[in-house]
Amino acid sequence: MTGTMRYLQIALGVVVIAGLVLVPMNFNRYGLFILSQWAVMTIAAMGLNLTLGYAGQVSLAQGAFVGIGAYAAAIMTTQGAPLIAALVVAIILCFAVGWLLGYPALRVQHHYLAFVTLAFSTLAFLVFRNEEWLTKGIYGISNIPRPHVFGFATNRPLPFYYLCLGSLGLVSLAMWWLIRSPWGRAFLALRENPIRALSLGIDTRRYTLMAFAIGSALGGVAGTLYAPLTQYIDPVPFNLSLSLDLLMMVIVGGAGFFFGPFLGAMIAVLLPEWLRFTQGYYLMLYAIAVILLLIYSPTGILGILDRYLSERRTKTASALRAVAPSRLETAP
Amino acid sequence: MTAVLEVRNISKRFGGITAVDGVSFEVQEGEILGLIGPNGCGKSTLFNCILGQLTPSGGEVKVDGKLVTGLRASELNRLGVSRTFQLLQVFPKLSVRENLILAGQEHQGSMLSRLFGPSDAGLTEAADRMIGFFKLGHLAGEAAGGLSYGQQKLLDAAMAFMGGPRLVLLDEPAGGVNLTMLADLKERLAAINREKRATFVVIEHNMEFVMSLCSRVMVMAEGRVLAMGCPAEVRANPAVIEAYLGH
Repeated sequence: MTGTMRYLQIALGVVVIAGLVLVPMNFNRYGLFILSQWAVMTIAAMGLNLTLGYAGQVSLAQGAFVGIGAYAAAIMTTQGAPLIAALVVAIILCFAVGWLLGYPALRVQHHYLAFVTLAFSTLAFLVFRNEEWLTKGIYGISNIPRPHVFGFATNRPLPFYYLCLGSLGLVSLAMWWLIRSPWGRAFLALRENPIRALSLGIDTRRYTLMAFAIGSALGGVAGTLYAPLTQYIDPVPFNLSLSLDLLMMVIVGGAGFFFGPFLGAMIAVLLPEWLRFTQGYYLMLYAIAVILLLIYSPTGILGILDRYLSERRTKTASALRAVAPSRLETAP
Repeated sequence: MTAVLEVRNISKRFGGITAVDGVSFEVQEGEILGLIGPNGCGKSTLFNCILGQLTPSGGEVKVDGKLVTGLRASELNRLGVSRTFQLLQVFPKLSVRENLILAGQEHQGSMLSRLFGPSDAGLTEAADRMIGFFKLGHLAGEAAGGLSYGQQKLLDAAMAFMGGPRLVLLDEPAGGVNLTMLADLKERLAAINREKRATFVVIEHNMEFVMSLCSRVMVMAEGRVLAMGCPAEVRANPAVIEAYLGH
C-alpha cells in the first residue's frame, strides 16, 4: 500500500470518529436512540462476523445471545447489581452457551448448521417467554436503570450514546487485534480450507468452538447495552427475526470484512429511518434496495470496494511486470 | 534404530470395496520411499489412513515407535508428520507469506500462548526463508489463488516443510508441474532430505522423478503391496510390469 493511501485512511478514520462524537451533540432524543441502537447492533454483528465471516460457520442464533445478554442485564440491574457485573455474567454465560452451540458445527455445516442454530434461537425465545419466574414472560422487565460510568450518570440520551459508542470502540480494538493474531489466521483457515488446516496442525475442532464462543459473547455484550438503552425488555425483540436481521447486516455490509458490520448495521438500523419520508413505502423500498445490492454484489458493500481495489492492484502489478520482463524470465 | 514410520497390516474398506488390503511396511530415518501403482490401487487412501484423515478398518501405524492410529490429523502434524496434497490445497485468499505463516504457527506453544504471546515469534522470518528456498520470493505478497498451478504446487510443498517435520508424505508432488520447475522441486526435496534428515514417502506417477529421487520404491496394486525394493529391482520385476501394462 502506498504512503498516501495510508494517510488518506487515517484521515478518513479521524473524520468519521470525530463525526460520531461531535455531530450527535445536537441530535434529539430519538436520533440519539437510533444511533445508540446502531452502535449496539454493530457490536452484535461484529460477533456474528467473526463466527460467519471469518471462521465460515453459519449461525442463526446471534439474536438469542443478544437476548441472553439483555436479560442478564435487566434481571441483575433491576435487583441493584451494577451493569459491569451483569456484563461479566453475560459474557461468561454467552461464551459457555456459544461454545456448546459450536458442537453441532463439528458434525454439520452450511444450511444444516443454520437449522440447528435456528432451533436454538427458537428455544431461547421460548425460555424468555415461558420462564416467568425469571424473565416475567410476556409482561417484560421495565424500569431498567442506566449505569453510572466512572461516577457519571448516563440517564440522559447523549451520555448513554457515548457509553455505547465507547463500548463499540473497545470491542472494535479487541476485534482488530484478534483477527490479526494467530487465532484470526486460524479462523480464516477454517473458512478457506478445513482439511488443509487440519493437516497443518490446526486444531479445527477447538477453533470452531472458539469462533462460536467469542462471537456469541459479543452478542451478549450487545445485549447488556440493549437492556439499559430501551429500559424495558420483553421476549419479542429477541425472536428469530433479530438473528435474521443480524445475519443480513453481516452479509450486506460484507462478511469477512472488518468494517462490514458497521455498514451493515447502518443500513439495517438507519436506512429505514431515512426512508421514512416515503411513508407507507419505506419497508418496500428498503427491501428492494437490499435485493438489488445483493444481486449486484453478493459479497456485500465492502465486496464492491474490494473488487475495485484488487482490480487496480492487478493492473499496477501487470504494468510493473511489463516494464521489468527480465525479472519474470528468471522466475521459476 | 526404530523406523520413523511403521505401518502394520493397514486395511480400509468402503462398504463392499477393500481399498487398502493389509499393507505393511517400514520407513527408516532419512529414507525417501517412492509409492507407485496404477490409479485406484489405494495409494492415496493409504496416505489418508496413515495421516488420520481416514480411520483405518484395521491395522496400526507407529511414528518413531509411538502408536498413532486414531490420532487426528492435527495432532499427528504436531508430532512432526506433515503432508502435501494431490489436488491443490492452499488458502487462495491469503498471500503466499500468510499461507506459510499459517502452516508454521501451530507448532509452537499452546493455543492460549498463541493468542497472548508475541503474535509472530519468528514465523515471518521462517516463512521468508522457506519462500527463498523454494524461489517464490517475487510472489511473497501475492494471493496464493492468483499463482500458476505449478507455483501453487511448490507453495503446497513449502507449507508441508514449515515447522521442520520429521516425516513428510507427498501425494503426487510432480503432477502438473512443468519440467524446469520439476527439476527444481526434485533438487529442493533432495536438499531438505540431506540437510535436515527429513524422511519422505512420495506417491508419484512420473517414473523418472521417482526412480531418480527415491532410495526404495514400493509398488501397490489392488490395495496390496506388489513389490518393494530399490528402483532398479522394481523396474525389472515382471509382476510390476504386468500390473502397469495390464493382463
